Amino acid sequence: MVQKLDYLKETPSQTAGPYVHIGLAPGAAGFDIYRQELGWDIAGPNARGERIRVEGIVIDATGSPIKDVMLEAWQANSEGVYAHPESPGEVEEGFRGWGRVITDFETGEWGFDTVKPGPVPARAEMGRSVRPAAEEELVDTYGRGHAGLRQMAPHINLWIVARGINIGLNTRIYFDDEAEANAKDPVINLIEWERRRRTLIAKRTMRDGMPVYRFDIKLQGEDETVFFDI
Amino acid sequence: MPTPAEFYQRDRDWHPPANTPVYKTSVTRSPQYALLSLQQSVSEITGPTFGHNDIDPMDRDLIHNYAKDGSSAIGERIILHGRVLDENARPIPNTLVEIWQANAGGRYRHKKDTYLAPIDPNFGGCGRTLTDENGYYFFRTVKPGAYPWRNYVNSWRPAHIHMSIFGTAFCQRLITQCYFEGDPLIEKCPIVNTIPGLPAQAQLVAALDMNASVPLDSIAYKFDVVLRGRRATLFENRL
Ligand SMILES: [Fe+3]
Repeated sequence: MVQKLDYLKETPSQTAGPYVHIGLAPGAAGFDIYRQELGWDIAGPNARGERIRVEGIVIDATGSPIKDVMLEAWQANSEGVYAHPESPGEVEEGFRGWGRVITDFETGEWGFDTVKPGPVPARAEMGRSVRPAAEEELVDTYGRGHAGLRQMAPHINLWIVARGINIGLNTRIYFDDEAEANAKDPVINLIEWERRRRTLIAKRTMRDGMPVYRFDIKLQGEDETVFFDI
Repeated sequence: MPTPAEFYQRDRDWHPPANTPVYKTSVTRSPQYALLSLQQSVSEITGPTFGHNDIDPMDRDLIHNYAKDGSSAIGERIILHGRVLDENARPIPNTLVEIWQANAGGRYRHKKDTYLAPIDPNFGGCGRTLTDENGYYFFRTVKPGAYPWRNYVNSWRPAHIHMSIFGTAFCQRLITQCYFEGDPLIEKCPIVNTIPGLPAQAQLVAALDMNASVPLDSIAYKFDVVLRGRRATLFENRL
């Protein structure tokens, strides 16, 4: 016999279903109930850095856009600080770094406005795993070593739920104008297949003087997006 | 500042897998490649925080939060309450809990829901609250009705309340559904049956809680939520 480990089990996930909007974006479901809905303003009015828009669609195995998805974004500010006590540094007043968007019922398009995040500290172990062994060195809690800060390229963390998705999918949006930082990013470098790395890189264009990044997500099939077990 | 530590890895055998043919919609919406396991960094161990400025106290009362003055939603009045804990059984205070549900007749207030059961003019169907300092939350609502859906020709969802919970880190983010003790539709539900194993399924069934029921007013159900736990920093598991 053996003693029993007394950890609790995590509550099992269930699909958000087709009516996720009622709870998390009631305006889209067709009614007005709350004083304010949450997640519409990611960066707030005082955020420094470059104002950008991120857009895309979510595509299923048949190549069709999915029209009932909810996505949540979590990102650092332009200096690489998350609005959270465990991220060293300060964020601007009103910067939450979290957003919630839903896809258009007709087209499946989604999009949000924010600021481009800065690079954030990498995990120490991740930094080591992608460097030659000869460069091995001591690094501190936040990935700082003699050679300076180990960093991850600018990215937005994304969590995707929908009808038919049994447990939320985690991925990351990187930016195609950060090629040098992306090439050194410890997470992108974990992806063995270079072809699949491209699924995480949003493409920049300009529209009415504003940078717009395109990030289409494929749930299944050719060029399936890389999803993480975090 | 305490040394950041990582969260326990998710037990993927306890959760539903992505592709569950019993729930037909999952088949074309499930990734086929293995998820890429990522050791957590600051991007995963942080997450959004919410405060009392974000919501109103009334948001947790679904019987009244959409009702005309002096009116209330139709249906069996219930209290849904419990605690949000982590896998170490530590309460998670000040975390946002959001719910949504059909009305007592099984109809959602949603432009995409065409079920013939009537809309209740006094019921919106959503609520939200923050857990208190002990991780405790409660909602006042009406018991949702069962409703039909297109999976098999004759598929019915058991009465359920959808629930979204944040925790303190983006890697703890969770959406689930709460069912009610004694409902014979639970075991027949394809969505419930995406979850492998009866013990995990049972974790989603709220218990009738007569101790918390309010005489001559509301029946109570208790539903505790468990989010991922975190390593102790004791063993230098530093990010
Ligand atoms: Fe439902």
